[in-house]
Amino acid sequence: MSEDIGQKNTKLVRKLALVAIAMFGFGYALVPLYDVLCDLTGLNGKVEGQAVQETAYQVDKSREVTVEFLTSLNESTPMLFRSEVKSMKVHPGEYYTVNFYAKNTTNMPMIAQAIPSITPGLAAEFFKKTQCFCFTEQTFAANEEKTMPVRFVVEPTLPERYKTVTLAYTFFDNTNISKK
Amino acid sequence: MTAVVAEHDDHHDHHDHGPEKGVLRWIFTTNHKDIGTLYLVFGLIMFFVGGAMALVIRSELFEPGLQFVDPNFFNSMTTMHALVMVFGAVMPAFVGLANWMIPMMIGAPDMALPRMNNMSFWMLVAGVLLLASTLFMEGGAPSGGWTFYPPLVFQNGKSFPFAIFSVHLLGISSIMGAINVIATIFNMRAPGMTLMKMPLFVWTWLITAFLLIAIMPVFAGAVTMLLTDKFFDTSFFDAAGGGDPVLYQHIFWFFGHPEVYVMILPTFGVASTIIPVFARKPLFGYASMVYATGAIAFLSFIVWAHHMFTVGMPVAGELYFMYATMLIAIPTGVKVFNWTATMWKGSMTFETPMLFSIAFVVLFTMGGFTGLMMSVAPVDFQYHDTYFIVAHFHYTLVPASIFILMAAGYFWLPKWTGNMYNEKIGRLHFWLSAVSVNILFFPQHFLGLAGMPRRIPDYAIQFADWNMVSSIGAFIYGFSQLLFVYIVIDTIRGGTGEKVSDEVWEDASKHSLEWTVPSPAPYHTFSTPPARIPTEHF
Repeated sequence: MSEDIGQKNTKLVRKLALVAIAMFGFGYALVPLYDVLCDLTGLNGKVEGQAVQETAYQVDKSREVTVEFLTSLNESTPMLFRSEVKSMKVHPGEYYTVNFYAKNTTNMPMIAQAIPSITPGLAAEFFKKTQCFCFTEQTFAANEEKTMPVRFVVEPTLPERYKTVTLAYTFFDNTNISKK
Repeated sequence: MTAVVAEHDDHHDHHDHGPEKGVLRWIFTTNHKDIGTLYLVFGLIMFFVGGAMALVIRSELFEPGLQFVDPNFFNSMTTMHALVMVFGAVMPAFVGLANWMIPMMIGAPDMALPRMNNMSFWMLVAGVLLLASTLFMEGGAPSGGWTFYPPLVFQNGKSFPFAIFSVHLLGISSIMGAINVIATIFNMRAPGMTLMKMPLFVWTWLITAFLLIAIMPVFAGAVTMLLTDKFFDTSFFDAAGGGDPVLYQHIFWFFGHPEVYVMILPTFGVASTIIPVFARKPLFGYASMVYATGAIAFLSFIVWAHHMFTVGMPVAGELYFMYATMLIAIPTGVKVFNWTATMWKGSMTFETPMLFSIAFVVLFTMGGFTGLMMSVAPVDFQYHDTYFIVAHFHYTLVPASIFILMAAGYFWLPKWTGNMYNEKIGRLHFWLSAVSVNILFFPQHFLGLAGMPRRIPDYAIQFADWNMVSSIGAFIYGFSQLLFVYIVIDTIRGGTGEKVSDEVWEDASKHSLEWTVPSPAPYHTFSTPPARIPTEHF
C-alpha cells in the first residue's frame, strides 16, 4: 500500500465517520421534525395544550356531529376515571360542557396529567376547548374524587365528511416525576 | 510478531508470509481472509444459536396450550431469535463474505483498513456476548420484540440497558465494517477495474455499506432515547411528558426498513455472481442490476411507515406509503427477470450452489409477492401482526438470504480450502432444506390469514393443524442444516480428495478475479495488481 492510498483512505474514513455522526444527530433531529410535521399537517390528532378564548360562532342547527368520550388510564395509574356520558350529539358552533370524574384510589397524594387525543387526527384542529383539566397537572389528595368539566366547541368549518369525532383522555401518574 | 511487523513495513516485499501460529493468529489477525473466516464461522455458530431459539418457539407452538416454556421466556425467545439472526448471523456472515471476496474480486491485496477490520469483528463478538448475557439476568432477556417498541420495552427487567448497549456495540461494529468496505472499494481497486466492471457482489456491498452508515447511527440514537426515557426522565416517547410512543416507531422504521435491505442486497449480489457461472452466460443486464440496486436502496428510505399502517395515519399518509412501497417491486422485478434471462438458454448445470440460487429466485419472489400484498394499506389491517407477516419476512430471509449464504459457502469453499465438497451430501442438504423450508413457512400464510397473531405462546385450537405442520417443517429444516456443518468440516479436512483447479468451476475465471488465483487462495493475493480484468459479467 503506497502512502498515497494511505492518505486517501484517511480522508475518506474521516468523511464517512462524519456522515455517521451526522446521521446520529439526524436521528435526534427527527424528534422536532416529527412534531413540526404533525403540527403543520395535523396528522396525529395532537390537540392544542392551551385553552382558547370563547368566541361566538354561527351555530349550524342543520348538522349533527357525534362526539364520543373515551377515558383510559396508563398502566399502573391507581385511579378511577370516567366521563359523565359516553357520547353526545352536538351542533357545530355551539358550546357544550361535559363532566369527567376522576378518583385517586390510593392513600397518598397524587399528581396526574391527562393527555388528550382526537380521532380522526385531521379533525383535531376543528375541536376547540375553552376549559379542560388536561391543560395542567392535576393534584389529588388521598382518596380525593374530583369532578372536572370540559367545555368545547366543534367549529362549523369541520368538513362534512366527519360525522363522529372521538376525544380520548389518558391519565398518567406523574407523582414520582413531578416531585423531583 | 515479527512477521506482522514486516508485513506492514516492507511494502515491496512480495515474499508470501504465512499466517502466525496458534490461537493468537486469530485474535490479532489483520488479514482479510482470516477475518472473513472469523466472521463466517461466528455467523454460522450464531445461526445455530438463533435456530435453537426458533426450535424452542416451534416446540411450544407444536400444540395449543402451554407445554414447555413460560410465556415470558417464550417472548424472550422470539425477541432474541430475531436479534441473534439479524445481528449475529446474517449480517456477520455477509461481512465475512465481503472480507474474503471483495479484495480478491477487485484485485486488492487486503481491505483498506486492516486493523479497524480486526476491531470491528471483536466488537461484534463483545456485542453479541453482552446480548447473550441478558438470558441469565433477573427478569430474563428482552421480550418486547426485536423492535423495542415503547412503552412495552420498559417492562423488561435488568436486561434492558444491556440490550441497548449491545445494540450500540453492534452498531459501531457495523459502521466500522461499512466504512472499511467503502474505503476498500473506492481506493483499492486494481488498475483497469472501473466501477462498472466490478462484480455485482462488490456493487451490492458498496450500496449496502452506504445504507449501514446512514441507518445504524439513527438506530443508535433511537435506543439511546429509550435509555434516557427510562433512566434520565426524558420524555421522547412518554406521552405524560409530552412525548409520543408512535414517534419511536417512525424513527425505528426509518432504520428498520433499510436494515432489511442490508440483509437482502448482498444476497442479490451473490446470486448475480453464482447464476452466470452455472448458466455459462454473462449476467443479463449488468448495468440495470446496478441501477436497480441503487433504486431499491433509495426507495428503502421513503417507505418506512408501511410497517405501521395501523397506528392511525390519515388516508393521505397511507396512500403515499402504499404507492411508494409498491414502487419497490419495479427494481426488484428487474432483478428477478434479469436472473431468469441469465439462465434462459444457458448451458445450465445444477451443482449445489446453483440449486440454492435457483431456489432463491423462486422462493424470494414468493416472499416479494406477499410483501406486495401487505403494501396495500387497506388489507394490511388484516395481515398486520399476524403469522402472515411472519411468513412473508421469513420467505425473504430464510430461502433468500440464508439459502444464498449456503450457496456462497458451496460456491467458494473449494477456493477457500483447495478441496472439493461432497456434492452428493450437498444436494441432499439442498433438497431437505428446500422442501422443509416450505413445510415450515408456507402454512404460516394460512395461519396469518385465519387471524393467528404473532408473538404468542398459545393459540386457539382452530390453528392447531397448520402449526403442527409448520413445527414439523422447522425440525426437519433445523436438523438438516447440520449437514452443512459436516460438509464444511469435511471439505476443510480434504473433502472428496480431488484437487480443485484454480478456477474450480468451468470458465469461472472469465467472470471474476478470485478464480485466477491458486486454490486454496494463498494467504496474500494480488500483492501485485492483476494483469487482466475479467469482463464476462460486463
